[in-house]
Amino acid sequence: MRTVSAPARKLEHGRVGESVLRVDAIPKVTGEFAYSSDLFAAGMLWGHTLRSPHAHAEIESIDISEAVSMPGVHAVLTHEDVPGKKLYGLEFADQPVLAINRVRYFGEPVALVAAEHPEQARRAAEKIQVQYQPLEPVVDPERALEQEDLHPERPTEEAGYFNDPRSNVVRTIVIRHGDPDAEGEVSVSGVYELGIQDQAFLGPESGLAVPDGEGGVDVYVATQWLHVDRAQVAPCLDLRPEQVRIHLAGVGGAFGGREDLSMQIHGALLALHTGRPIKIVYTREESFVGHVHRHPARIWMEHRANHDGKLVNVRVRILLDGGAYASSTTAVTSNASSFAQGPYAVANALVETTSVYTNNPPCGAMRGFGAVQVCFAHEAQMDKLAAELALDPVDLRLRNAIAQGDILPNGQRITGSLPVAEVIRRCAALPVPEPEALPRDAIRLPGGAGNVTRGEGVKRGTGFAVGFKNICYSHGFDDYCAARVRLFADASGELGAEVHCAAAEVGQGVTNVILQVARTELELENITLAPHQTATVDSAGSASASRMTWMASGAVQTACRAAREELESRGGSLASGDEVDVERVYRHPQTWPLDPETGQVQGERAHVAFVCSAMKAVVEVDTELGLTRVVWIGTAQDIGRAVNPQAVYGQIEGGTAQGLGLALMEEIQTRDGLITNASFTDYLIPTALDMPPVDAVLVEEPDPDAPYGAKGVGEPPTVVATAAVVAALRDATGLELTRAPVRPDHLAGLTA
Amino acid sequence: MDVLTPRTLDEALRLRSEHPDAWPIDGGTDVLVELNFDRARPPALLNLSEIRELKGWSRENGTLRLGAGLTYTQCRQDLRDVLPALAEASRTVGSPQIQNRGTLGGNLGTSSPAGDSLPPLLVEGAEVELASVRGERRVPLEEFLVGPKRNAMLANELIVAVRVSPSGARQTFMKVGPRNAMVIAVASLALSADRERGELRAAYGSAGPVPKLVTAPLAERASFAERVAEAAQPIDDVRGTAVYRRHALRVLTTRALERCAA
Ligand SMILES: Cc1cc2nc3c(=O)[nH]c(=O)nc-3n(C[C@H](O)[C@H](O)[C@H](O)COP(=O)(O)OP(=O)(O)OC[C@H]3O[C@@H](n4cnc5c(N)ncnc54)[C@H](O)[C@@H]3O)c2cc1C
Repeated sequence: MRTVSAPARKLEHGRVGESVLRVDAIPKVTGEFAYSSDLFAAGMLWGHTLRSPHAHAEIESIDISEAVSMPGVHAVLTHEDVPGKKLYGLEFADQPVLAINRVRYFGEPVALVAAEHPEQARRAAEKIQVQYQPLEPVVDPERALEQEDLHPERPTEEAGYFNDPRSNVVRTIVIRHGDPDAEGEVSVSGVYELGIQDQAFLGPESGLAVPDGEGGVDVYVATQWLHVDRAQVAPCLDLRPEQVRIHLAGVGGAFGGREDLSMQIHGALLALHTGRPIKIVYTREESFVGHVHRHPARIWMEHRANHDGKLVNVRVRILLDGGAYASSTTAVTSNASSFAQGPYAVANALVETTSVYTNNPPCGAMRGFGAVQVCFAHEAQMDKLAAELALDPVDLRLRNAIAQGDILPNGQRITGSLPVAEVIRRCAALPVPEPEALPRDAIRLPGGAGNVTRGEGVKRGTGFAVGFKNICYSHGFDDYCAARVRLFADASGELGAEVHCAAAEVGQGVTNVILQVARTELELENITLAPHQTATVDSAGSASASRMTWMASGAVQTACRAAREELESRGGSLASGDEVDVERVYRHPQTWPLDPETGQVQGERAHVAFVCSAMKAVVEVDTELGLTRVVWIGTAQDIGRAVNPQAVYGQIEGGTAQGLGLALMEEIQTRDGLITNASFTDYLIPTALDMPPVDAVLVEEPDPDAPYGAKGVGEPPTVVATAAVVAALRDATGLELTRAPVRPDHLAGLTA
Repeated sequence: MDVLTPRTLDEALRLRSEHPDAWPIDGGTDVLVELNFDRARPPALLNLSEIRELKGWSRENGTLRLGAGLTYTQCRQDLRDVLPALAEASRTVGSPQIQNRGTLGGNLGTSSPAGDSLPPLLVEGAEVELASVRGERRVPLEEFLVGPKRNAMLANELIVAVRVSPSGARQTFMKVGPRNAMVIAVASLALSADRERGELRAAYGSAGPVPKLVTAPLAERASFAERVAEAAQPIDDVRGTAVYRRHALRVLTTRALERCAA
């Protein structure tokens, strides 16, 4: 049997702070990189998932008799075949492994098939007779608060949150800071809305589950956190954790969409049932229902300020649609609340955030995690306020920029590095390119290859935005990361090292971070990173929350230093065949939860640390057709310290593209809870032609709590990009543009 | 699924009549999407990509004969001077990869309201050359397109070529989409100012069940944009609203007149 998983990796050179080509760069560009969809094992069967065509329905019966007897079929499973816990979930186990009596969203898994060939599996799935009794779907998050509970057992009720008795509430957070009624000399308010964004990773959900012949199973899968997968998979299979071994397979993009499980339990169930390896690869269409999305949001904000530009009071109400299951909605709710006022010091605030269950597509983690939505709103508000006060928008932001020593509305004092004023100044100072002369090739005009304008109707605009968010998990979560270092002497007595860390390489470059840290700490040339898996090392935590650089650096640094100490204690060298093998756990400074009534932090900090970013965007808009060309983007990024500067620039560009996508085109559309654009034909993401060059400057102010002072960079560019691009569109058109993505008919002034 | 691969047109026509359920496939850029999305399961494919008679283009007297297998890349490169609007339309199709594989015959076969080659061919009065084992016939493109993804080709026929007598008139093609490349038209327009015929000729795409030709005397330029917008029968869908589509056609027509009839 042969299975493919991410091979051990090695660097030829590079320490912390040096730009080093990513170890996976060349294999990815040349097409040799093995993704999770390329997995293969001798004798494997193909799994297929039958999904609900309804957003909300009662299941009256499931008849599998015809499907089981189809050619090539080895198993057809329903919820009755789940041997252990029937429900799972990242934070709350509210989601059935396979639907039990009811489906709550379009695409919810109902049954599984394993067959010799994927086509046989698909055809057999069509022969499963499911009798549905369609129910009225709950699709409006505001009305959901008064409609029948989709989860009558209220899964999140006992979690110690603010007590909100309304229907379908996942979580409500109320933050009261200072005097929430404080008046200012002026006030501006607005209502903002964001659609559902998809991670749109190119590698669809896929993996391979291989039974070990002794009742256990190995799952090779593209995921973001190996150990949390195991913690969810094992109980549903009624296995001990060590009987389930999760291995990282090549990840084709994640962006939060692989935090929740996709095929893991399903593949393992089929593998244990048939005794054969099971491969599952979602189709593109299926992928749109195979993972959670970014929460769509409705946000009301009022900013009260004095004539000198100082913010007096920020009042916010946020409604997030969590869709059918909880996923990480409670944490997104808390992030949206934490960052609602933006990176500004304000003495008084009232922030009320509610997330609800509906029958819309489930939402959860996506790059920016609640901070993207509020940044779109608070930055629109800051521009509005600047206009109201006749102040320069950059000046207004500088006057209010939060700094070390200031207190956030949740009561946390900023103690680490957070150079908000510095990123604003550095970004504002970036020179904006001169407008290009006309005539130009159509592809350098709005509408691009469509050849619609030679300059007619085109107006230019500039926008500016600042945003911030947390790094690492917050509110008391024990968010540790382990690393293991094995030092050995080869035949010639030369020292080498093997590093184990389960940090998921999701394309963000953490492999380089780990190897660069190990090379820095061990001062050895022969260092490899072993394949990522649960069996050989403890948890690394999630490749999310912009935390993996910080946490993996901490863990690898600690383990390397321990290994060196051990080596010293043995006289500084090893005989051939001898080895040092140490595993260490790294923990960041402790955090505390918020008081459920006041929203005030119950200890020193709610969040470990913060990262900020400022962005300036220049656009050209064809104001008659409502088409846009983003001409240029400049940004200043707070990074603490860049471990691999080249990779940091890459993250800034990629993160910007994703934020630009939400500004201009990316939206999952639904009708009565059904997704109507589940394809890359109709769910558009930016192409190379839509993405401008990005001038990025790195602001390196090391964080005192972070290993090497290095913060994360995965999310901040995405947090600010949507706000910056839409601000530029407003500047070009004079329109209010309160909804993202902005559609051509909005820009052309045809709809409000 | 069987794949039948004839080497000559005669053989292809014979196979077509023997296997009327087999789907013709050339570049496969539409067919493979249908198959991959599991929207259709034809019993067999009739692979036309090896037939020399369908490739390339030729000139007979004043008429251009564009083979069904002519790719967008070839249109872009070879037809820039004779059929500029078609060349411009070809540049907007998908990506370079799609332009290398996708063919005119395939675009006609699909007969999508959004097919980008169709408006420029309508403006130039193109005829579709169809063949079967019984013989050959020519159908004006306007009559060939009968509904969304429906055309006048019979089950035993293949599209062999498109015939055009280039007008030489100033012409252009424009396509509106919310992304600057790789996008299906939300609305598109080809327009020519044909001084010989004394006619303004426009054809829109993605704004009605089929791409459609709208003409007016040159002298009626002032009202032409409105006329095109009025002739359209757009709908609301995931890609755009009817109101926007009509509005876009008005803007495009005005700009196209500026380009071609200034
Ligand atoms: C990513 C992507 C982007 C695209 N972008 C665009 C775009 O911007 N604009 C656009 O118009 N289209 C676009 N398309 C659609 C497609 O590329 C075009 O319609 C193309 O012209 C199809 O040509 P083909 O040779 O690939 O057709 P195929 O897929 O081979 O066939 C298409 C249809 O025509 C039939 N057919 C093919 N040849 C013949 C023949 N000789 N006789 C009879 N029937 C025949 C087939 O049976 C089938 O029904 C895109 C497709 C993709 C995948």
